[in-house]
Amino acid sequence: MGLMKKKWQRRHIVEAFIKFMMRVSLVIVAGALGLILWIVIVRGLPALSWDMVTKIPEGGYYMGKGGGILNAILGSLYLAAGGTLLAMIFSVPIAMYLKTYLGESKWGHYVRLSLDVLWGIPSIVYGAFGFTLMIALGIRASLLAGIIILALIELPIMTRAMDEVIRRMPVDLEHAALALGSTKFEVALRVVTRQMLPGITTAILLGFGRGIGDAASVLFTAGYTDRIPTSLMRPTASLPLAVFFQLGSPYPEVQQRGYAAALILTIIVLAVSLGSRWLSARLNKYTIK
Amino acid sequence: MSEIDTSQLISKTTGRLTRPVVASRARQNEFARRTFFVFTLLPVFLILTVTVALLVRSWPILQAYSLSDLIFGDVWKPTNGQFGFWPFILGTFWVTAVGVILAVPPCLLTSIYLAEYAHSRTRSIAKPVLDLLAAIPPVVYGVWGLLAIVPFVDEVLAPLSDRWLGPISIFSVNQPTGFGILAAGIVLAVMIAPLIISVMYEIFSTVPNDLRHASLAVGATQWQTIRNIVLPQVAPGILAAVVLGASRALGETIAVLMVVGNIPQVPTSIFDSAYPLPALIANNYGEMMSIPLYDAALLSAALVLLVVILIFNILSILVIQRMRSRKWA
Amino acid sequence: MDTHIQVKNLNVYYGKQQALKDINIEIPKNQITVIMGPSGCGKTTLLKSLNRFLELTDGTRIEGEVLVDEQNIYAREVDVTEVRKVVGLLAQRPSPLPMSIYDNVVYGMNIHKLKKDRKEYKAAVRHYLEIAGLWDEVHKRMHDPATSLSIGQQQRLCLARGLAVEPEIILGDEPTSALDPISSQNIESRLIELKQQYTTVIVTHTLRQAKRLADYVIYMYLGEVIEAGPAKEVFSNPQHERTRAYLEGQI
Repeated sequence: MGLMKKKWQRRHIVEAFIKFMMRVSLVIVAGALGLILWIVIVRGLPALSWDMVTKIPEGGYYMGKGGGILNAILGSLYLAAGGTLLAMIFSVPIAMYLKTYLGESKWGHYVRLSLDVLWGIPSIVYGAFGFTLMIALGIRASLLAGIIILALIELPIMTRAMDEVIRRMPVDLEHAALALGSTKFEVALRVVTRQMLPGITTAILLGFGRGIGDAASVLFTAGYTDRIPTSLMRPTASLPLAVFFQLGSPYPEVQQRGYAAALILTIIVLAVSLGSRWLSARLNKYTIK
Repeated sequence: MSEIDTSQLISKTTGRLTRPVVASRARQNEFARRTFFVFTLLPVFLILTVTVALLVRSWPILQAYSLSDLIFGDVWKPTNGQFGFWPFILGTFWVTAVGVILAVPPCLLTSIYLAEYAHSRTRSIAKPVLDLLAAIPPVVYGVWGLLAIVPFVDEVLAPLSDRWLGPISIFSVNQPTGFGILAAGIVLAVMIAPLIISVMYEIFSTVPNDLRHASLAVGATQWQTIRNIVLPQVAPGILAAVVLGASRALGETIAVLMVVGNIPQVPTSIFDSAYPLPALIANNYGEMMSIPLYDAALLSAALVLLVVILIFNILSILVIQRMRSRKWA
Repeated sequence: MDTHIQVKNLNVYYGKQQALKDINIEIPKNQITVIMGPSGCGKTTLLKSLNRFLELTDGTRIEGEVLVDEQNIYAREVDVTEVRKVVGLLAQRPSPLPMSIYDNVVYGMNIHKLKKDRKEYKAAVRHYLEIAGLWDEVHKRMHDPATSLSIGQQQRLCLARGLAVEPEIILGDEPTSALDPISSQNIESRLIELKQQYTTVIVTHTLRQAKRLADYVIYMYLGEVIEAGPAKEVFSNPQHERTRAYLEGQI
């Protein structure tokens, strides 16, 4: 018959062309990731040394002399861990309340909207806000101020991450518990918490990853120092700023170390991101879907 | 609250019969409900606080100068008391526009491919790639921009553009350094891509398969189906995804700051250097307390950014939420 | 018997699970063929193998041949959109496209550029709506959204939309299961009217509908064709014990 043989009309050419362009786009997007990692590894690896991760800057470090960026690594870990912990204290109750009391109601809709809007506020604005806060309260750039601002940045991310996970939790389970005479709070505490575990883990890692990479907000609030912070009221260094400041140096050796710092930061962030994927896949096995 | 709290009901109706344990549990429940409720007010409260705090701190400069002087003034000399934001506003606009224009076509195509064409295996590889791309910190994007994009613009794109597009003013190369709007736009495009793609992908998946099948069943090609049936249905959501991406680009600081050149001028070409608002704030926060009104000026810049981004965000998120919960006939 | 569709050694797998086992059947031209059997026996899978809808699901593997007028529709050089133009489908649930009633009927014709100008399209829309028995009800509201119609009307609109691309074969995947009894009856009588011009293949799970419509019957069980033949013979004197049990209502 030949009736159904391909005739290569215009629409078939368009189809093939579009499909080709889509594949090209996908390759560009995936290629961008590859390119970023490649550049950071190739330029960062040569300057990476044991000293970099175990020592704080020594005299003349910023002119190319010895030392490392342990101050920034530890500073960033303190900042991100503190911020995540503080954000946890607020985000867990919000996520629980959203689930157990608000559900898909109108008020729940508004709370989610406000969280999404908060998520979209750029870190430079948080930084500027932190600055006004510090003036008002009379505190100087410090670990504490940095932690507070990072907590604000991480709060919407963590709450929404938890919310998305527990939202998918079956209502049956909750109703079963309510039917057995539990109050809603008890349901929240026992059932939801257990179900929330994967959500909380994902949220912690997501928040931590965002916190440790944030530069614009800590610029205002945490300051920078060559020492390892010993008190919440002292300023602290951070990895993103270590990268930023060292790249601004006229000395090639110092710039090199900036690349190495970027590599360290990238490794931490990717490990956290991959870790959260792996962990949530594992934890999901033990919850009812 | 419209829902009925069963435990409360029991303790109220049975009155004296209620055993103390039950009563205390009900009290505990009520206390928890109230406490938790206060927590949910926190996000709204935060948005308001940030806005009000910035407004209060930038009030002095809004008092001292008229709004049009601040917005349209093009001289920036804080030491002389001249605060014209026009070059910075334009810089922000250019950088964002270039980033969005570069990002949208590949993002749209990629999300259509993932939602409509790709095998589930491709999808399961693409998801972690996008997650990783989204997880890379801004400063690392900046390093990449500095090491790869700036030289690429300087050595490849600028000469090419000079040769072929030179007469068109927005493509002319006046300051051949590589640092500038185009470099920042490219970096921003990659930074906002994961967000745009994942929102668009989600929007595409809200369209029920029945509609696609109805079109395929009369012998339409897949692209005809997408163009005629799927795209008209999701158009508002696609636009919202773009606006959301734009609002992300507007506020990006460190990565842009590292590649944009930071020269306060009114740009005329995509190869010109620019000085977007976030870069202005970040670069000068150190001196802002030492010059009169400087701090108010910088914080008012933050306020402007915040207000624009809030509007963009609220509009696009409302559209997206609406598309998610749409009922299909 | 004038054979229109011939299925040869067809095996279909969803992942590792085999949905159709070695199907060999012939479907007669310009008659109504009814595929029946208990739910989950592969009726719909067999039907959807006839317009290549199976490949829309990830992880489906298809072996064997489906010949329409002696042309294997799974052959490499065959264009899937041309297959679907020749083999129309009436879905289980009515699926009006999100556009006006008029545009729904025009949609497929436009895709294949079947008509030259507005006038021709207008005439064609009227023609096919009349065939589907919908013209009288909708001709005053052609530009209303298709979703404003009742479910029964929507299904007839889908029938008109399918016929408008000039197919030779109509597939129906339980096309009346979502409809009320009167609408079902309406669709059934359309199908009977149309069988002079179209080869029709219907999947149904109700035995009574099968008896009302069928000229030719295919009985399936667990992915296999147990019995196939002219309706009169199969209904009055089934050859296979399973078929007999089904007809007597044991399964």
